[in-house]
Amino acid sequence: MKPTNVGNPEYFHKVVDCQFACPAHTPVPEYIRLIAAGRYTDAYMINWESNVFPGILGRTCDRPCEPACRRGRVEDKPVAICRLKRVCADNKDAIKDRLPKIPKEKNGHRLALVGAGPSSLTVARDLMPLGYEIDLYEANGKAGGFMRTQIPSFRLPEKVIDEETGYILDMGVNSFFNTRVESLKALLDQGYDAVFIGSGAPSGRNLKLPGYEVDDGENIRVGVEWLADVAFGHATECPKDVIVLGGGNTAMDCCRTALRLGAKNVKILIRTPIDAMMASEWEVEDTQAEGIPILENHNPQEYVIRDGKLVGMQFEIIEYSIDADGREVFTPTGRNEVVDCELVLLAIGQANAFPWIEKETGVEFNDTGLAVVDPVTHQSTNPKVFFGGDAAFGPRNIITAVAQGHQAALSLDMMFNGQDLHVRPNPGTNLLSQKMGIHDWSYASMVTEEERHAVPHVDLDEAIHSHTMEVELGFDAATALEEAQRCLNCDVETVFSESKCIECDACIDICPVDCLTFTENSDEAKLRKNLNVPAHNLSQDLFISHDLPTGRVMVKDEDVCLHCGLCAERCPTSAWDMQKFLYVAPKAGQQS
Amino acid sequence: MSYAIPGFRHPNLPKNELGYTAKDYEGRVSTLCAGCGHDSISAAIREACFGMSIPPHRVAKLSGIGCSSKTPTYFLGNSHGFNSVHGRMPAVATGGNMANRNLLYIGVSGDGDTASIGMGQFVHAVRRNVNMVYICENNGVYGLTKGQDSATTDVGSVSKKGEPNALEPIDLCAIALQLGATFVANSFSGDKSQLVPIIQAAIAHKGFAFINVISPCVTFNNVPGSTKAYDYIRQHMASTNTVDFVPAEEEITTDYAPGTSEVVTMHDGSAIHLQKMDEKLDIHSRRSALALMQEYKAEDKVLTGLLFVDPDSQEIHETMNTTATPLRNLTEKELCPGSEQLQKINDQLR
Repeated sequence: MKPTNVGNPEYFHKVVDCQFACPAHTPVPEYIRLIAAGRYTDAYMINWESNVFPGILGRTCDRPCEPACRRGRVEDKPVAICRLKRVCADNKDAIKDRLPKIPKEKNGHRLALVGAGPSSLTVARDLMPLGYEIDLYEANGKAGGFMRTQIPSFRLPEKVIDEETGYILDMGVNSFFNTRVESLKALLDQGYDAVFIGSGAPSGRNLKLPGYEVDDGENIRVGVEWLADVAFGHATECPKDVIVLGGGNTAMDCCRTALRLGAKNVKILIRTPIDAMMASEWEVEDTQAEGIPILENHNPQEYVIRDGKLVGMQFEIIEYSIDADGREVFTPTGRNEVVDCELVLLAIGQANAFPWIEKETGVEFNDTGLAVVDPVTHQSTNPKVFFGGDAAFGPRNIITAVAQGHQAALSLDMMFNGQDLHVRPNPGTNLLSQKMGIHDWSYASMVTEEERHAVPHVDLDEAIHSHTMEVELGFDAATALEEAQRCLNCDVETVFSESKCIECDACIDICPVDCLTFTENSDEAKLRKNLNVPAHNLSQDLFISHDLPTGRVMVKDEDVCLHCGLCAERCPTSAWDMQKFLYVAPKAGQQS
Repeated sequence: MSYAIPGFRHPNLPKNELGYTAKDYEGRVSTLCAGCGHDSISAAIREACFGMSIPPHRVAKLSGIGCSSKTPTYFLGNSHGFNSVHGRMPAVATGGNMANRNLLYIGVSGDGDTASIGMGQFVHAVRRNVNMVYICENNGVYGLTKGQDSATTDVGSVSKKGEPNALEPIDLCAIALQLGATFVANSFSGDKSQLVPIIQAAIAHKGFAFINVISPCVTFNNVPGSTKAYDYIRQHMASTNTVDFVPAEEEITTDYAPGTSEVVTMHDGSAIHLQKMDEKLDIHSRRSALALMQEYKAEDKVLTGLLFVDPDSQEIHETMNTTATPLRNLTEKELCPGSEQLQKINDQLR
């Protein structure tokens, strides 16, 4: 294998599994160390720079960082990254004086943002400090989009949304609430220099089976629309028997909300087995903890109507399998079952709808109903129109919407600076030795064996009576400190200098997880087999040094490195050093 | 400075026949200087014992005084240990071995502990052929007292102090050979592929197995001009043979070109497979080993590898015809047979 080029920032970036997995590349270990140090406000600001909504995401993020966390490969469970983020939001001081200054004199470019969800707000957050003039259009009465309308208050209190959307609106965004944009053409005709569309994926999919026409959407509701009704106080109660169709996170939110509005008997019915559900494991756990049964392998057939009223739903029991091409196959068993209900909530997916974007605007659509959008620049086929969030590539999650907002803002700023949108700027990086003394590091190198802490909940009996009482209490400071110390500091990289190595074996002998080997160089498959412990996890890279005096190379399997620094501590010549790697994803205004 | 290492190990760590992983053969974290050759030797002992599936509780580690003699703390943390008076490890090992012949005795010493203060003890352990592994971690310097030349420092070798050594060195391998040691090897801490099988062969050997391991002192004796520095050894090292240790149960699978390899079968059925690097060495002849060592020394080369082995050696218990039961297990019943027996013995002598 060729020697590893650690000069390429992506090599060390990939070692920081959590940051690499985060769509917005939040420097996770950096803020976790600050939480451990009790510097909550500093930790909050690092988050705010990267992901804009730390308080919201600390409660609701899909947390792609956690399955990626190295701790999960070393022991059972990853660091509770998401809930640590909430700790810094809960405990921070006032941050207004730390927010970027907004120039009084504008740069002359006027932008329209459609929808006040996370992606649009991110565009505003990134571009307001650069002097853009921004008009924000939102059909609802308040900002937040999906975050406000679709996530129940018992998971995400309204005041958190108000606070974090407020930081952006207060930058001087011209907000037009209760204003639905009915025509893109009309908007463009107002003379905006560019339009960003972050209107989300507003409509949930309906399911018009026999019987639907009698009810006509009265007690057969699209889940996300019903959740929005609840959020805005239009729906305040719920019948006794409710069924929810669908196995995603929205389904989980629907049934837990129904329970809080007075339903006695809530069931989730899904076409697949439970282990093939879309919902996040933890959301399924929380749902089941509230006593909601999940009935698997139920394929809906028709709505049962008696005396013009919905009284149940008929299902066919099916067998689920995956065929050779990896496609799902549903085989009918011939058995049918009727489940009684007075309300059906449909959470079977979302569809985009852009009836307001006219053909003559030049925005082209593909056959899935989505606009043709460049995945890097977020530009549509009309160079003045950009897309982000669920409106761009279909429903994802908040953190993805934020990441896309950053990219779109960068593209917009590059466009107005006459730059090629496809030549993206490099990330900001910094690599700094953590050596404090002969055997002393400026980070807590010792690895605790503490197990993952569960977030405390309010009493269930109490919680169930209110749909606005937050169920999770968040970590207290002491628990947060213990949880923060579980972080392995993967951003403190092991940096090797061939010229200093005397091949004394000290690092090999001390490494607790046997990730270092001196060996003859060969091709990757062979090398992976020849290591002290073979490296079977192909998703993790091998570091290969240049040739050493004995003709061998130093190979490091990044897979389960604890970043404990012992290799560097036992190295007599400092050929190994522990150096903190800071990776800052490029943002608007930072390109040269 | 870390005085403990994290508790986590690689999730795919292999297990040996006893179901143990390498973790079960670890000791405490070394407090020796970073990069000390001794730590590599500790690692080699761990690896050798793990590989041979030796039950850690059946091992006794013995040492004297010095950097080398601290190291038993850093391997086999679940074994017995005795850190004795300076240079007196061989006496303690001999006594222990007399009392309980069923344990595996691993003695660890240094050039000071063996070639200076302990010389009188060392030579007698050799000639008695005590059944033990004796490892001398030889760095040619008194590290613990700040770097004076030792009795094994070569003439002209320069340590960190800068003064060339004027006195003739003691060659411990040569002395062991002359005094009748039944297993003699010379090795280097920086070459585990050679050291580990040599330690395994020494463990399998019945009788006194001596391994001199050149182990650079990074703090006082790893400078240009020293003949026991990492660079010097790597440049001047020559091997008699490559060594493969094959446990009794395993089949020899490696193919060697005929005429260049040799299999030495040990008393327990295990085998040492040697791939000869120098045709002249007869592994069963002391004279051959001594001659070859002189020859390489004259060429400024350090001869390593297995130098001599007598697989049929008679260890001290056999020579003394002691009982197969460890002496410590004998009770009053066996040791005091009663006045009737005493009368019989006395009668024989009248």
